[in-house]
Amino acid sequence: MTQISRDDVHYLAQLSNLQLADGEADSLGRDLANILGYIEQLSSLDTEGVEPTYQVTDLQNVWRKDEKDNYGLERESLLRLAPESQDEQVKVPKVL
Amino acid sequence: MRRIDDYRDMTAVDAVREAIEAAKANESFHAILSLTEERALARAADVDAGTVSGRLAGVPFIAKDNFLTFGSATTAASRMLENFEAPLQATAIERLEAEGAICIGKANLDAFAHGGSTENSAFGPTKNAVDTSKVAGGSSGGSAVAVALGIVPFALGTDTGGSIRQPASFNGVVGVKPTYGTVSRFGVVAMASSTDTIGVLAVSAKDAEVVMDIMSGQDDRDMTTLPDFFAPQGIERPLKIGVIGEAMTDDVATVVRDKVVASLERMKGAGHSVDQVSLPILKYALAIYYIVVPAEISSNLARYDGIRYGLRAANDTLSHLYGASRDAGFMPENKRRILIGSYVLSSGYFDAYYLKAQKARTLLIEEFNRLFDDYDILVAPVAPTPAFALGENADDPVKMYLADIMTVPASLAGLPAVSVPAKTEPGELPVGVQLIGRRQSDALLLALARQLEEEEA
Repeated sequence: MTQISRDDVHYLAQLSNLQLADGEADSLGRDLANILGYIEQLSSLDTEGVEPTYQVTDLQNVWRKDEKDNYGLERESLLRLAPESQDEQVKVPKVL
Repeated sequence: MRRIDDYRDMTAVDAVREAIEAAKANESFHAILSLTEERALARAADVDAGTVSGRLAGVPFIAKDNFLTFGSATTAASRMLENFEAPLQATAIERLEAEGAICIGKANLDAFAHGGSTENSAFGPTKNAVDTSKVAGGSSGGSAVAVALGIVPFALGTDTGGSIRQPASFNGVVGVKPTYGTVSRFGVVAMASSTDTIGVLAVSAKDAEVVMDIMSGQDDRDMTTLPDFFAPQGIERPLKIGVIGEAMTDDVATVVRDKVVASLERMKGAGHSVDQVSLPILKYALAIYYIVVPAEISSNLARYDGIRYGLRAANDTLSHLYGASRDAGFMPENKRRILIGSYVLSSGYFDAYYLKAQKARTLLIEEFNRLFDDYDILVAPVAPTPAFALGENADDPVKMYLADIMTVPASLAGLPAVSVPAKTEPGELPVGVQLIGRRQSDALLLALARQLEEEEA
């Protein structure tokens, strides 16, 4: 059975940009170990020499015209969705 | 319980008022998250005035709340999008509206469609339409219950691993998961892009067919859509039907197996042949699914960063903004899947999990292909049990995932599959029978579903 420590969970959470409380990290760690324990059974399936499948449509190179499409949207309607905006820009905390 | 044809003799305003009243009278089921009363009545008035017409003129419907629609928030049943007012509508909604259909509200789901019971909704679970101590199924639980209660003749859902078929089975309605690429996903909240599909839950297979006919077809805004192949058809010759042996073992509740067998007898009675067939890789399907899908979820849900839209839970530093917003905006099941996805995609584990699963997926597709050399349609249960009790699987994610074991194979292979309600006695919980077809044989599956339905009537 795969063991997932609290540190492992915090590392995965960091990769995922998720901030977790320690209590939540512990319970998620137990769940993750159970889920990984289940999916590990796949290792007993022989896939030697098999090509992977990434999509199932058989479509290839679907092109569109190289033209601007604003989806009928105005800048203002998208800015309204932003939690904070100023001077027609989305506002974020200082990053530098 | 009204069907699409029953709306012909009603005004659209009366139809919408009736549906909204029914929705309000059934609030205790918590199937619906928001009603779009004002917009729906305005559109109904347009239909009655003759400015909007079409095959669904004045027919009310409900969309799962992961379809972007006007008139109320599109929440995906999450805190992240609790106040999200969509700036545009999903292509599927636009196509239905172009035929005069009227969206009256948004249905509950597991947040971001992650789940099989609708208990993962940030706004509370939906109750089963037949037995309120049971789950609605999921993730399109609200859509299934709204149809089963007769509020609307059809509702839209999404199906990534069974999210239309399983709640359809649990509530006794028809559920259609089309061939991957049949209906545009533009304007629908993404979960796992290689298996996400859009389909319909309906009172009857005949109505589901009308809705699929309207929604299907290529869309320039979704590059994965196929040229329109869907054309309603009849059954011109006896079909060769294979029942999947591995799906009919003792692990499946007796009542479910009995219903499937009874349905197979009716298919034989209609002149079709039925053989038992083998899909040995079925036992690995769920493991493949719970690697591939979380991997895609972890990528797709990276967009919820608290910057351009959605919840922003902190505003001091950028990393705290991201971390706190995603912590507050996602449900535990969303986090589980994101973390599993990050795990199976992380360096050192990629080959053992993600690549391995994608190879196994090839083997699964090949097994299906071999069966479809000889058979027109495969039959299996939709789920191993009827609806389970609210709370029963809530603390055990693996147990919850096992409910998807019969539905994920068609999803991974991109095949169409339909859940058809089996005949039940009074007092019995509904059980669905799953029909699985070759790619693009969606209309044939619905033709068989319709044949079974007409026989019963």
